[in-house]
Amino acid sequence: MTQNNTPLLRVSDLTMMYGDRVGCRNVSFDLRPGEVLGIVGESGSGKSTLLRSISAQQEPTKGVVEYHTRIDGIRDVYQISEAQRRLLMRTDWAFVHQNARDGLRMNVSAGANIGERLMAVGDRHYGNIRAAAGNWLGKVEIAEERLDDLPSTFSGGMQQRLQIARNLVTSPRLVFMDEPTGGLDVSVQARLLDLLRGLVHDLNLAVIIVTHDLAVARLLSHRLMVMQGGAVIESGLTDQVLDDPQHAYTQLLVSSILQN
Amino acid sequence: MSDMLHVENVAKAFTLHTQGSVTIPVFEGVEFHLNSGECIALTGESGSGKSTFMRMLYANYTCSSGSINVFHDGTWLDITTASPHAILDMRKRTMGYVSQFLRVIPRVPTLEIVAEPLIALGTARDAAKEKARDLLTRLRIPERLWQLSPLTFSGGEQQRVNIARGFIADYPIMLLDEPTASLDVQNRATVLALIDEAKLRGAAIAGIFHDHDTRDAVCTGSFDVTSFKVGAND
Repeated sequence: MTQNNTPLLRVSDLTMMYGDRVGCRNVSFDLRPGEVLGIVGESGSGKSTLLRSISAQQEPTKGVVEYHTRIDGIRDVYQISEAQRRLLMRTDWAFVHQNARDGLRMNVSAGANIGERLMAVGDRHYGNIRAAAGNWLGKVEIAEERLDDLPSTFSGGMQQRLQIARNLVTSPRLVFMDEPTGGLDVSVQARLLDLLRGLVHDLNLAVIIVTHDLAVARLLSHRLMVMQGGAVIESGLTDQVLDDPQHAYTQLLVSSILQN
Repeated sequence: MSDMLHVENVAKAFTLHTQGSVTIPVFEGVEFHLNSGECIALTGESGSGKSTFMRMLYANYTCSSGSINVFHDGTWLDITTASPHAILDMRKRTMGYVSQFLRVIPRVPTLEIVAEPLIALGTARDAAKEKARDLLTRLRIPERLWQLSPLTFSGGEQQRVNIARGFIADYPIMLLDEPTASLDVQNRATVLALIDEAKLRGAAIAGIFHDHDTRDAVCTGSFDVTSFKVGAND
Protein backbone atom coordinates (compact mmCIF):
# COMPACT_ATOMS: atom_id res chain seq x y z
CA MET A 1 0.00 0.00 0.00
CA THR A 2 1.23 3.46 -0.77
CA GLN A 3 1.27 6.26 1.76
CA ASN A 4 -1.22 8.26 -0.29
CA ASN A 5 -3.93 9.41 2.10
CA THR A 6 -6.28 10.94 -0.47
CA PRO A 7 -9.23 8.62 -1.00
CA LEU A 8 -9.66 7.28 -4.51
CA LEU A 9 -13.29 6.45 -3.81
CA ARG A 10 -15.66 7.82 -1.21
CA VAL A 11 -19.06 6.26 -0.55
CA SER A 12 -21.41 8.25 1.68
CA ASP A 13 -24.64 7.00 3.22
CA LEU A 14 -25.49 4.78 0.27
CA THR A 15 -28.91 3.12 0.32
CA MET A 16 -30.51 0.96 -2.36
CA MET A 17 -34.18 0.04 -2.03
CA TYR A 18 -36.08 -2.39 -4.23
CA GLY A 19 -39.57 -1.09 -3.57
CA ASP A 20 -40.02 -1.65 0.15
CA ARG A 21 -37.23 -4.18 0.33
CA VAL A 22 -33.77 -3.09 1.45
CA GLY A 23 -30.88 -3.94 -0.89
CA CYS A 24 -28.30 -2.17 1.22
CA ARG A 25 -28.57 0.76 3.58
CA ASN A 26 -26.51 3.62 4.98
CA VAL A 27 -23.16 2.35 3.80
CA SER A 28 -20.22 4.76 4.06
CA PHE A 29 -16.49 4.15 3.53
CA ASP A 30 -13.33 5.48 1.87
CA LEU A 31 -10.92 3.54 -0.29
CA ARG A 32 -7.33 4.63 -0.88
CA PRO A 33 -5.10 3.88 -3.87
CA GLY A 34 -3.57 0.41 -3.53
CA GLU A 35 -6.01 -0.64 -0.84
CA VAL A 36 -7.96 -3.91 -0.95
CA LEU A 37 -11.34 -3.89 0.76
CA GLY A 38 -13.15 -7.18 1.28
CA ILE A 39 -16.93 -7.34 1.63
CA VAL A 40 -18.18 -10.53 3.26
CA GLY A 41 -21.58 -11.81 4.34
CA GLU A 42 -24.00 -14.57 3.43
CA SER A 43 -26.07 -14.70 0.24
CA GLY A 44 -28.69 -11.97 0.21
CA SER A 45 -26.81 -9.74 2.67
CA GLY A 46 -26.53 -6.95 0.09
CA LYS A 47 -22.91 -7.41 -1.01
CA SER A 48 -23.58 -7.56 -4.73
CA THR A 49 -26.19 -4.80 -4.59
CA LEU A 50 -23.65 -2.57 -2.89
CA LEU A 51 -21.00 -3.45 -5.47
CA ARG A 52 -23.34 -2.63 -8.38
CA SER A 53 -24.33 0.69 -6.82
CA ILE A 54 -20.74 1.73 -6.19
CA SER A 55 -19.58 0.72 -9.66
CA ALA A 56 -22.13 2.94 -11.45
CA GLN A 57 -24.18 0.01 -12.70
CA GLN A 58 -27.28 0.73 -10.64
CA GLU A 59 -28.13 4.19 -9.32
CA PRO A 60 -28.73 4.05 -5.56
CA THR A 61 -31.95 5.32 -3.98
CA LYS A 62 -29.93 7.60 -1.73
CA GLY A 63 -26.32 8.48 -1.08
CA VAL A 64 -23.24 9.63 -2.95
CA VAL A 65 -20.40 7.80 -4.71
CA GLU A 66 -17.43 10.04 -5.41
CA TYR A 67 -14.35 9.06 -7.40
CA HIS A 68 -11.05 10.88 -7.72
CA THR A 69 -10.67 11.06 -11.50
CA ARG A 70 -7.27 11.49 -13.14
CA ILE A 71 -8.20 14.70 -14.91
CA ASP A 72 -11.14 16.39 -13.25
CA GLY A 73 -10.48 15.66 -9.57
CA ILE A 74 -13.24 14.35 -7.32
CA ARG A 75 -16.53 13.74 -9.14
CA ASP A 76 -19.88 12.27 -8.18
CA VAL A 77 -20.16 9.25 -10.49
CA TYR A 78 -23.94 9.65 -10.85
CA GLN A 79 -23.69 13.38 -11.65
CA ILE A 80 -21.25 13.19 -14.56
CA SER A 81 -22.53 12.66 -18.09
CA GLU A 82 -23.31 9.20 -19.42
CA ALA A 83 -20.36 9.50 -21.83
CA GLN A 84 -17.95 10.43 -19.03
CA ARG A 85 -19.24 7.55 -16.92
CA ARG A 86 -18.77 5.06 -19.79
CA LEU A 87 -15.22 6.30 -20.30
CA LEU A 88 -14.49 5.91 -16.58
CA MET A 89 -15.89 2.38 -16.57
CA ARG A 90 -13.76 1.19 -19.44
CA THR A 91 -10.51 2.93 -18.57
CA ASP A 92 -9.95 3.68 -14.90
CA TRP A 93 -12.30 1.03 -13.56
CA ALA A 94 -12.53 -2.69 -14.12
CA PHE A 95 -15.15 -5.24 -13.18
CA VAL A 96 -14.32 -8.92 -12.71
CA HIS A 97 -17.50 -11.01 -12.67
CA GLN A 98 -17.93 -14.29 -10.85
CA ASN A 99 -18.92 -15.97 -14.08
CA ALA A 100 -16.22 -15.22 -16.65
CA ARG A 101 -18.84 -15.58 -19.39
CA ASP A 102 -20.49 -12.39 -18.10
CA GLY A 103 -17.27 -10.45 -18.51
CA LEU A 104 -16.05 -11.93 -21.80
CA ARG A 105 -17.30 -11.97 -25.35
CA MET A 106 -17.43 -15.65 -26.06
CA ASN A 107 -17.71 -15.41 -29.86
CA VAL A 108 -14.44 -13.54 -30.45
CA SER A 109 -10.85 -14.68 -29.84
CA ALA A 110 -8.94 -14.29 -26.58
CA GLY A 111 -6.77 -11.65 -28.23
CA ALA A 112 -9.81 -9.70 -29.42
CA ASN A 113 -11.28 -9.83 -25.92
CA ILE A 114 -8.21 -8.09 -24.56
CA GLY A 115 -7.75 -5.80 -27.57
CA GLU A 116 -11.34 -4.61 -27.52
CA ARG A 117 -10.84 -2.63 -24.33
CA LEU A 118 -7.74 -0.98 -25.79
CA MET A 119 -9.64 -0.04 -28.95
CA ALA A 120 -12.42 1.39 -26.79
CA VAL A 121 -9.94 3.92 -25.44
CA GLY A 122 -8.72 4.86 -28.89
CA ASP A 123 -5.87 2.50 -29.65
CA ARG A 124 -5.93 1.76 -33.39
CA HIS A 125 -2.55 0.21 -34.17
CA TYR A 126 -3.23 -3.48 -34.83
CA GLY A 127 0.35 -4.55 -34.15
CA ASN A 128 0.47 -2.74 -30.80
CA ILE A 129 -2.90 -4.11 -29.75
CA ARG A 130 -1.91 -7.66 -30.65
CA ALA A 131 1.41 -7.30 -28.83
CA ALA A 132 -0.32 -5.92 -25.72
CA ALA A 133 -2.86 -8.76 -25.81
CA GLY A 134 -0.11 -11.37 -26.08
CA ASN A 135 1.82 -9.74 -23.27
CA TRP A 136 -1.26 -9.80 -21.01
CA LEU A 137 -1.98 -13.46 -21.78
CA GLY A 138 1.52 -14.16 -20.50
CA LYS A 139 0.92 -12.15 -17.32
CA VAL A 140 -2.16 -14.22 -16.52
CA GLU A 141 -0.27 -17.41 -17.32
CA ILE A 142 -2.00 -18.36 -20.56
CA ALA A 143 0.26 -19.52 -23.42
CA GLU A 144 0.56 -16.80 -26.07
CA GLU A 145 -0.20 -19.33 -28.80
CA ARG A 146 -3.81 -19.36 -27.52
CA LEU A 147 -4.22 -15.72 -28.63
CA ASP A 148 -6.46 -16.62 -31.59
CA ASP A 149 -8.53 -19.25 -29.79
CA LEU A 150 -12.10 -18.65 -28.66
CA PRO A 151 -12.65 -18.34 -24.88
CA SER A 152 -15.14 -21.20 -25.13
CA THR A 153 -12.19 -23.55 -25.74
CA PHE A 154 -10.64 -22.46 -22.41
CA SER A 155 -11.09 -24.12 -19.01
CA GLY A 156 -13.04 -22.24 -16.30
CA GLY A 157 -9.84 -21.12 -14.58
CA MET A 158 -8.34 -19.89 -17.87
CA GLN A 159 -11.53 -17.99 -18.73
CA GLN A 160 -11.35 -16.25 -15.36
CA ARG A 161 -7.71 -15.31 -15.97
CA LEU A 162 -8.59 -14.06 -19.45
CA GLN A 163 -11.33 -11.91 -17.95
CA ILE A 164 -8.76 -10.42 -15.59
CA ALA A 165 -6.37 -9.69 -18.48
CA ARG A 166 -9.18 -8.04 -20.46
CA ASN A 167 -9.93 -5.84 -17.46
CA LEU A 168 -6.41 -4.86 -16.53
CA VAL A 169 -5.04 -4.07 -20.00
CA THR A 170 -6.15 -0.43 -19.77
CA SER A 171 -4.26 0.03 -16.48
CA PRO A 172 -7.30 0.72 -14.28
CA ARG A 173 -6.81 2.12 -10.79
CA LEU A 174 -9.93 0.58 -9.25
CA VAL A 175 -11.10 -3.00 -9.73
CA PHE A 176 -14.43 -4.42 -8.58
CA MET A 177 -14.50 -8.18 -8.10
CA ASP A 178 -17.63 -10.21 -7.45
CA GLU A 179 -16.72 -13.66 -6.11
CA PRO A 180 -13.72 -13.99 -8.47
CA THR A 181 -12.80 -17.44 -7.16
CA GLY A 182 -16.36 -18.75 -6.89
CA GLY A 183 -17.15 -21.84 -8.92
CA LEU A 184 -13.48 -22.73 -9.45
CA ASP A 185 -11.98 -25.85 -7.94
CA VAL A 186 -9.51 -25.28 -5.12
CA SER A 187 -6.29 -25.89 -7.05
CA VAL A 188 -7.38 -23.32 -9.64
CA GLN A 189 -8.44 -20.94 -6.87
CA ALA A 190 -4.98 -20.98 -5.33
CA ARG A 191 -3.37 -20.11 -8.65
CA LEU A 192 -5.83 -17.28 -9.24
CA LEU A 193 -5.35 -15.91 -5.72
CA ASP A 194 -1.59 -15.88 -6.14
CA LEU A 195 -1.95 -14.15 -9.52
CA LEU A 196 -4.41 -11.56 -8.18
CA ARG A 197 -2.30 -10.78 -5.16
CA GLY A 198 0.76 -10.23 -7.35
CA LEU A 199 -1.10 -7.99 -9.81
CA VAL A 200 -2.71 -5.94 -7.02
CA HIS A 201 0.70 -5.34 -5.49
CA ASP A 202 2.66 -4.69 -8.70
CA LEU A 203 0.05 -2.39 -10.27
CA ASN A 204 -0.92 -0.71 -6.96
CA LEU A 205 -4.59 -1.45 -7.65
CA ALA A 206 -7.39 -0.44 -5.35
CA VAL A 207 -9.80 -3.37 -5.14
CA ILE A 208 -13.26 -3.96 -3.74
CA ILE A 209 -13.77 -7.69 -3.56
CA VAL A 210 -17.06 -9.32 -2.68
CA THR A 211 -16.69 -12.87 -1.44
CA HIS A 212 -18.35 -15.31 0.89
CA ASP A 213 -15.04 -17.16 1.28
CA LEU A 214 -13.38 -15.84 4.44
CA ALA A 215 -10.05 -17.47 3.52
CA VAL A 216 -10.00 -15.52 0.25
CA ALA A 217 -10.88 -12.33 2.15
CA ARG A 218 -8.07 -12.96 4.62
CA LEU A 219 -5.44 -13.55 1.98
CA LEU A 220 -6.31 -10.63 -0.29
CA SER A 221 -7.86 -7.81 1.69
CA HIS A 222 -6.38 -5.20 4.01
CA ARG A 223 -9.75 -4.19 5.43
CA LEU A 224 -13.02 -6.03 5.78
CA MET A 225 -16.69 -5.02 5.92
CA VAL A 226 -19.19 -7.58 7.19
CA MET A 227 -22.73 -7.22 5.86
CA GLN A 228 -26.00 -8.60 7.14
CA GLY A 229 -29.50 -7.66 6.05
CA GLY A 230 -28.19 -4.87 3.81
CA ALA A 231 -26.20 -3.12 6.55
CA VAL A 232 -22.50 -3.07 7.42
CA ILE A 233 -22.51 -4.54 10.92
CA GLU A 234 -18.75 -4.67 11.51
CA SER A 235 -15.68 -3.35 9.73
CA GLY A 236 -11.97 -2.95 10.35
CA LEU A 237 -8.57 -4.52 9.90
CA THR A 238 -9.10 -7.91 8.23
CA ASP A 239 -7.31 -10.10 10.75
CA GLN A 240 -8.87 -8.23 13.69
CA VAL A 241 -12.40 -8.74 12.34
CA LEU A 242 -11.76 -12.44 11.64
CA ASP A 243 -9.75 -13.30 14.78
CA ASP A 244 -11.54 -11.13 17.35
CA PRO A 245 -15.01 -10.51 15.91
CA GLN A 246 -17.24 -8.31 18.05
CA HIS A 247 -20.65 -8.60 16.43
CA ALA A 248 -22.83 -11.67 16.99
CA TYR A 249 -23.25 -12.28 13.26
CA THR A 250 -19.50 -12.02 12.53
CA GLN A 251 -18.83 -14.47 15.36
CA LEU A 252 -21.32 -16.87 13.84
CA LEU A 253 -19.76 -16.47 10.39
CA VAL A 254 -16.23 -17.06 11.66
CA SER A 255 -17.18 -19.99 13.89
CA SER A 256 -18.98 -21.68 11.01
CA ILE A 257 -15.80 -22.29 9.00
CA LEU A 258 -14.71 -25.89 8.81
CA GLN A 259 -11.22 -26.33 10.22
CA ASN A 260 -8.57 -28.20 8.27
CA MET B 1 17.65 1.90 26.14
CA SER B 2 14.65 3.78 24.89
CA ASP B 3 10.98 3.16 25.47
CA MET B 4 9.43 1.45 22.45
CA LEU B 5 6.08 0.20 23.66
CA HIS B 6 3.94 0.83 26.69
CA VAL B 7 0.63 -0.61 27.73
CA GLU B 8 -1.53 1.48 30.05
CA ASN B 9 -4.47 0.26 32.10
CA VAL B 10 -5.60 -2.23 29.49
CA ALA B 11 -8.60 -4.51 29.99
CA LYS B 12 -9.72 -7.33 27.73
CA ALA B 13 -12.89 -9.40 27.79
CA PHE B 14 -14.39 -11.71 25.20
CA THR B 15 -18.15 -11.72 24.67
CA LEU B 16 -19.30 -14.94 23.03
CA HIS B 17 -22.56 -14.08 21.31
CA THR B 18 -22.96 -17.54 19.84
CA GLN B 19 -22.78 -19.12 23.28
CA GLY B 20 -25.47 -17.29 25.22
CA SER B 21 -23.58 -13.98 25.11
CA VAL B 22 -21.41 -15.07 27.99
CA THR B 23 -18.65 -12.55 28.74
CA ILE B 24 -15.25 -13.91 29.67
CA PRO B 25 -13.09 -11.29 31.39
CA VAL B 26 -9.40 -11.91 30.74
CA PHE B 27 -7.29 -8.94 31.86
CA GLU B 28 -7.73 -5.73 33.77
CA GLY B 29 -5.34 -2.89 34.60
CA VAL B 30 -2.43 -4.22 32.53
CA GLU B 31 0.72 -2.07 32.68
CA PHE B 32 3.67 -3.15 30.56
CA HIS B 33 6.78 -1.45 29.17
CA LEU B 34 9.21 -2.63 26.56
CA ASN B 35 12.57 -0.95 25.84
CA SER B 36 14.97 -1.31 22.95
CA GLY B 37 17.66 -3.93 23.50
CA GLU B 38 15.65 -6.01 25.94
CA CYS B 39 13.94 -9.35 25.53
CA ILE B 40 11.04 -9.86 27.91
CA ALA B 41 9.53 -13.29 28.46
CA LEU B 42 5.76 -13.32 28.86
CA THR B 43 5.08 -15.95 31.50
CA GLY B 44 2.11 -17.68 33.08
CA GLU B 45 0.75 -21.21 32.94
CA SER B 46 -0.96 -22.61 29.88
CA GLY B 47 -4.29 -20.87 29.26
CA SER B 48 -3.33 -17.80 31.30
CA GLY B 49 -3.55 -15.50 28.26
CA LYS B 50 0.07 -15.10 27.09
CA SER B 51 -0.88 -15.49 23.43
CA THR B 52 -3.96 -13.29 23.90
CA PHE B 53 -1.76 -10.56 25.35
CA MET B 54 0.74 -10.88 22.52
CA ARG B 55 -2.06 -10.66 19.94
CA MET B 56 -3.27 -7.48 21.66
CA LEU B 57 0.24 -6.02 21.30
CA TYR B 58 0.05 -6.75 17.55
CA ALA B 59 -3.47 -5.25 17.31
CA ASN B 60 -4.71 -8.62 16.12
CA TYR B 61 -7.05 -8.60 19.13
CA THR B 62 -8.86 -5.48 20.27
CA CYS B 63 -8.71 -4.12 23.82
CA SER B 64 -11.86 -3.45 25.82
CA SER B 65 -10.29 -0.34 27.36
CA GLY B 66 -6.92 1.30 27.96
CA SER B 67 -4.17 2.12 25.49
CA ILE B 68 -1.24 0.41 23.80
CA ASN B 69 1.29 2.95 22.56
CA VAL B 70 3.87 1.94 20.00
CA PHE B 71 6.81 4.14 18.99
CA HIS B 72 6.32 4.19 15.25
CA ASP B 73 7.69 6.55 12.63
CA GLY B 74 9.14 8.94 15.22
CA THR B 75 5.96 9.32 17.23
CA TRP B 76 3.59 7.41 19.51
CA LEU B 77 0.73 5.49 17.95
CA ASP B 78 -2.09 4.20 20.13
CA ILE B 79 -2.95 0.98 18.32
CA THR B 80 -6.21 0.55 20.24
CA THR B 81 -7.66 3.56 18.41
CA ALA B 82 -5.50 3.79 15.26
CA SER B 83 -7.01 3.36 11.78
CA PRO B 84 -6.47 0.08 9.92
CA HIS B 85 -4.09 1.97 7.58
CA ALA B 86 -1.93 3.13 10.47
CA ILE B 87 -1.82 -0.35 12.01
CA LEU B 88 -0.81 -1.95 8.71
CA ASP B 89 1.95 0.65 8.32
CA MET B 90 3.09 -0.01 11.90
CA ARG B 91 3.28 -3.75 11.15
CA LYS B 92 5.12 -3.17 7.91
CA ARG B 93 7.81 -0.90 9.29
CA THR B 94 7.99 -1.21 13.07
CA MET B 95 6.67 -4.46 14.48
CA GLY B 96 7.49 -7.99 13.38
CA TYR B 97 5.58 -11.02 14.59
CA VAL B 98 6.68 -14.62 14.48
CA SER B 99 3.54 -16.67 15.00
CA GLN B 100 3.29 -20.43 15.42
CA PHE B 101 1.26 -20.75 12.27
CA LEU B 102 2.27 -20.25 8.69
CA ARG B 103 -0.50 -18.61 6.69
CA VAL B 104 0.42 -18.26 3.03
CA ILE B 105 -1.09 -18.52 -0.41
CA PRO B 106 -0.49 -21.99 -1.86
CA ARG B 107 2.02 -22.15 -4.71
CA VAL B 108 4.18 -19.20 -3.62
CA PRO B 109 7.82 -20.35 -3.28
CA THR B 110 9.45 -20.33 0.16
CA LEU B 111 12.16 -17.90 -0.96
CA GLU B 112 9.52 -15.34 -2.00
CA ILE B 113 7.61 -15.73 1.25
CA VAL B 114 10.74 -15.09 3.29
CA ALA B 115 11.90 -12.14 1.15
CA GLU B 116 8.47 -10.47 0.99
CA PRO B 117 8.59 -8.27 4.14
CA LEU B 118 11.90 -6.78 3.02
CA ILE B 119 10.63 -6.14 -0.53
CA ALA B 120 7.56 -4.44 1.00
CA LEU B 121 9.96 -2.09 2.80
CA GLY B 122 11.47 -1.07 -0.52
CA THR B 123 14.59 -3.26 -0.60
CA ALA B 124 15.56 -4.34 -4.10
CA ARG B 125 14.24 -7.80 -5.00
CA ASP B 126 17.71 -9.30 -5.53
CA ALA B 127 19.08 -7.99 -2.24
CA ALA B 128 16.00 -9.20 -0.37
CA LYS B 129 16.31 -12.67 -1.89
CA GLU B 130 20.02 -12.76 -1.07
CA LYS B 131 19.21 -12.12 2.59
CA ALA B 132 16.41 -14.71 2.45
CA ARG B 133 18.90 -17.28 1.13
CA ASP B 134 21.29 -16.48 3.99
CA LEU B 135 18.58 -16.93 6.60
CA LEU B 136 17.22 -20.14 5.08
CA THR B 137 20.76 -21.51 4.98
CA ARG B 138 21.38 -20.58 8.60
CA LEU B 139 18.10 -22.24 9.56
CA ARG B 140 19.07 -25.41 7.63
CA ILE B 141 16.23 -25.41 5.12
CA PRO B 142 17.72 -27.42 2.22
CA GLU B 143 18.19 -25.36 -0.95
CA ARG B 144 16.14 -27.85 -3.01
CA LEU B 145 13.05 -26.74 -1.05
CA TRP B 146 13.42 -22.99 -1.61
CA GLN B 147 11.40 -22.90 -4.81
CA LEU B 148 8.56 -24.96 -3.29
CA SER B 149 5.59 -23.77 -1.26
CA PRO B 150 6.23 -24.32 2.47
CA LEU B 151 2.71 -25.74 2.83
CA THR B 152 4.12 -29.16 1.99
CA PHE B 153 6.90 -28.90 4.60
CA SER B 154 7.08 -30.58 8.01
CA GLY B 155 5.95 -28.65 11.08
CA GLY B 156 9.53 -27.88 12.11
CA GLU B 157 10.44 -26.68 8.62
CA GLN B 158 7.38 -24.43 8.45
CA GLN B 159 8.30 -23.00 11.83
CA ARG B 160 11.79 -22.15 10.53
CA VAL B 161 10.35 -20.51 7.38
CA ASN B 162 8.20 -18.40 9.72
CA ILE B 163 11.26 -17.43 11.72
CA ALA B 164 13.25 -16.53 8.60
CA ARG B 165 10.37 -14.33 7.43
CA GLY B 166 10.07 -12.72 10.86
CA PHE B 167 13.78 -11.94 11.17
CA ILE B 168 14.55 -10.81 7.61
CA ALA B 169 13.62 -7.17 8.28
CA ASP B 170 15.29 -5.38 11.19
CA TYR B 171 12.07 -4.43 12.95
CA PRO B 172 12.50 -2.10 15.96
CA ILE B 173 9.98 -4.25 17.87
CA MET B 174 9.58 -8.03 17.63
CA LEU B 175 6.98 -10.38 19.06
CA LEU B 176 7.91 -14.07 19.19
CA ASP B 177 5.30 -16.74 19.89
CA GLU B 178 7.17 -19.91 20.91
CA PRO B 179 9.88 -19.49 18.28
CA THR B 180 11.81 -22.57 19.38
CA ALA B 181 8.90 -24.98 19.80
CA SER B 182 9.31 -28.11 17.64
CA LEU B 183 12.92 -27.30 16.77
CA ASP B 184 15.91 -29.60 17.25
CA VAL B 185 18.95 -28.57 19.30
CA GLN B 186 20.96 -27.15 16.38
CA ASN B 187 18.11 -25.05 14.99
CA ARG B 188 17.17 -23.89 18.45
CA ALA B 189 20.73 -22.59 18.87
CA THR B 190 20.41 -20.71 15.56
CA VAL B 191 17.18 -19.06 16.68
CA LEU B 192 18.75 -18.06 20.00
CA ALA B 193 21.63 -16.50 18.05
CA LEU B 194 19.16 -14.59 15.85
CA ILE B 195 17.40 -13.27 18.95
CA ASP B 196 20.73 -12.19 20.48
CA GLU B 197 21.70 -10.40 17.26
CA ALA B 198 18.34 -8.61 17.22
CA LYS B 199 18.86 -7.49 20.83
CA LEU B 200 22.35 -6.21 19.99
CA ARG B 201 21.06 -4.07 17.14
CA GLY B 202 18.56 -2.58 19.61
CA ALA B 203 15.32 -4.42 18.92
CA ALA B 204 12.73 -4.47 21.67
CA ILE B 205 11.53 -8.07 21.97
CA ALA B 206 8.66 -9.73 23.81
CA GLY B 207 8.33 -13.48 23.55
CA ILE B 208 6.59 -16.60 24.75
CA PHE B 209 9.12 -19.37 25.34
CA HIS B 210 7.99 -22.82 26.28
CA ASP B 211 11.13 -23.91 28.05
CA HIS B 212 13.22 -22.39 30.84
CA ASP B 213 16.52 -23.00 29.06
CA THR B 214 15.55 -20.80 26.14
CA ARG B 215 14.19 -18.14 28.44
CA ASP B 216 17.35 -18.12 30.57
CA ALA B 217 19.54 -17.98 27.49
CA VAL B 218 18.09 -14.89 25.81
CA CYS B 219 15.71 -13.03 28.11
CA THR B 220 16.64 -9.94 30.07
CA GLY B 221 13.47 -9.98 32.13
CA SER B 222 10.01 -11.47 32.45
CA PHE B 223 6.41 -10.32 32.70
CA ASP B 224 3.87 -12.50 34.45
CA VAL B 225 0.54 -12.02 32.67
CA THR B 226 -1.35 -13.84 35.46
CA SER B 227 -0.84 -10.86 37.78
CA PHE B 228 -3.27 -8.90 35.60
CA LYS B 229 -5.83 -11.66 35.23
CA VAL B 230 -9.28 -10.63 36.27
CA GLY B 231 -9.70 -11.71 39.90
CA ALA B 232 -5.96 -12.36 40.33
CA ASN B 233 -5.72 -10.09 43.38
CA ASP B 234 -9.01 -11.00 45.06
